[in-house]
Amino acid sequence: MTEPRKILVVDDEPDLERLMLQRMRREIRRGKFHFTFAGNGIEALAALNKDPEIEMVLSDINMPEMDGLTLLEQIPKVDPNIRSVIVSAYGDMKNIRTAMNRGAFDFVTKPLDFDDLRVTIDRTLRHLEMLREALQSRDKLVALENELSVGRAMQQAILPTSFPESQTYQVFANMEPARDVGGDFFDILHLPDDRIGLSIADVSGKGVPAALFMMSSRTLLKGAAVGRTSPSEVLQEVNDLLNENNETSMFVTLFFAIFDPASGMLTFANAGHNPPLIIHADGSHTQFGTTAGVALGVVPGIEYTQQQIRLQSGDMAVFYTDGVTEAENEDQEQFGLEQLTTLFSESAPTSAKEANHAVFRAVEAFSGNAPQFDDITCLTLYRSG
Amino acid sequence: MEVRTEQEDDVLVTTVNGRIDSATVSEFQHLMERAITDDIRRVIVDFENLSYINSAGLRAVLVITKNLWTRNAKLALHSLQPSIQEVFSIAGFDKIIQVCADKAEALDATQEK
Repeated sequence: MTEPRKILVVDDEPDLERLMLQRMRREIRRGKFHFTFAGNGIEALAALNKDPEIEMVLSDINMPEMDGLTLLEQIPKVDPNIRSVIVSAYGDMKNIRTAMNRGAFDFVTKPLDFDDLRVTIDRTLRHLEMLREALQSRDKLVALENELSVGRAMQQAILPTSFPESQTYQVFANMEPARDVGGDFFDILHLPDDRIGLSIADVSGKGVPAALFMMSSRTLLKGAAVGRTSPSEVLQEVNDLLNENNETSMFVTLFFAIFDPASGMLTFANAGHNPPLIIHADGSHTQFGTTAGVALGVVPGIEYTQQQIRLQSGDMAVFYTDGVTEAENEDQEQFGLEQLTTLFSESAPTSAKEANHAVFRAVEAFSGNAPQFDDITCLTLYRSG
Repeated sequence: MEVRTEQEDDVLVTTVNGRIDSATVSEFQHLMERAITDDIRRVIVDFENLSYINSAGLRAVLVITKNLWTRNAKLALHSLQPSIQEVFSIAGFDKIIQVCADKAEALDATQEK
């Protein structure tokens, strides 16, 4: 049996220890996680020095003696491979940003949602595993390939692996990485009132710098989305933050939508991304989000247009990156939007997963033996009732 | 990919042929940056024979444009194929970079007012 993964929880609230042990009792009993607790930053550093097997820190921000933001600066001095997740107040972008700048891997908001916390812990630990794997293979690879594989590992680790599903809707997504370039990602956020935030994005660039830009885009989006209800304001905020110190001129095209399962309403804003489609139950389609603003990170002060569309029962929203439409065959012809729209004209899909697989199968069949130049990503949302 | 440049007073007239993709983007950026000397005030780029550009290529165009902005110089692209025009407009780049129908319009758009 593998050893439990060690996590240090830092909070001055004494009840948290009892709550954490209670809510995570299954994972603890199964030997998946092992928790250690500290009441402030000083105690946390002592615990890390004492037990070098601790891989991950989950820390509150406001604590006596040494706060969480100061702790973040100190952790790399103990071990640069430890990853930290910050617990912040809901919508507290200022502290979230500071934490990100100081190397936090992710954040969760108060009050703690333990399902969300489990996902975040899994994601963080998976990131560490992949990073270790990539670094272990360093000797076998030339420097550039190694850098690309580290970037890849970071990219893979931030993608969600479980998808929301209910009586009335399903979400499914997949990303097929290209061999050397590409920076696609998607994310699924659980928002208040059972709403679901959906994002799909494509970062320019490759390797570790692009992966880092991707991680900050994803985290800033998550931070902005939990604090606001309007997708256009969310994109505006993320764009301004990404422009604050973007020396590299990297940018990300990103489509952000909030789905309200109760009404079927999809509210969205587009920052330079390919306009998604709705495939209707009769096989016809509608393109939406064609009023695109500038990609994020290009210039500050951009205002994004916000629009709404209602998904009827049997409608499938298909979000994709240009890796789908610009996939080339051996004659250097592109897959194109038309093939994507006609894919379902004969028989409309009846599940998000089925539709998603159909897109990847079609692109693969079209490409044949032609090399894959870019990541291929597709996210599907199906409203069944 | 091929970049041809020609300087007419303080205007750099460039023509790009082929594809700007991961294999050629560094060369494109390097050739452009080398040709854009400090005395250049306006850069005109003919993309008529550009058949493909990926996001790394967009980024290179952005870097070149931003560098020109820092010293109040201007850039305009012209004669884009519809597929290239679409790449620029989807990413919203046509809102911040001058995209013109032809060379005359590009020269006019970069004219110091």
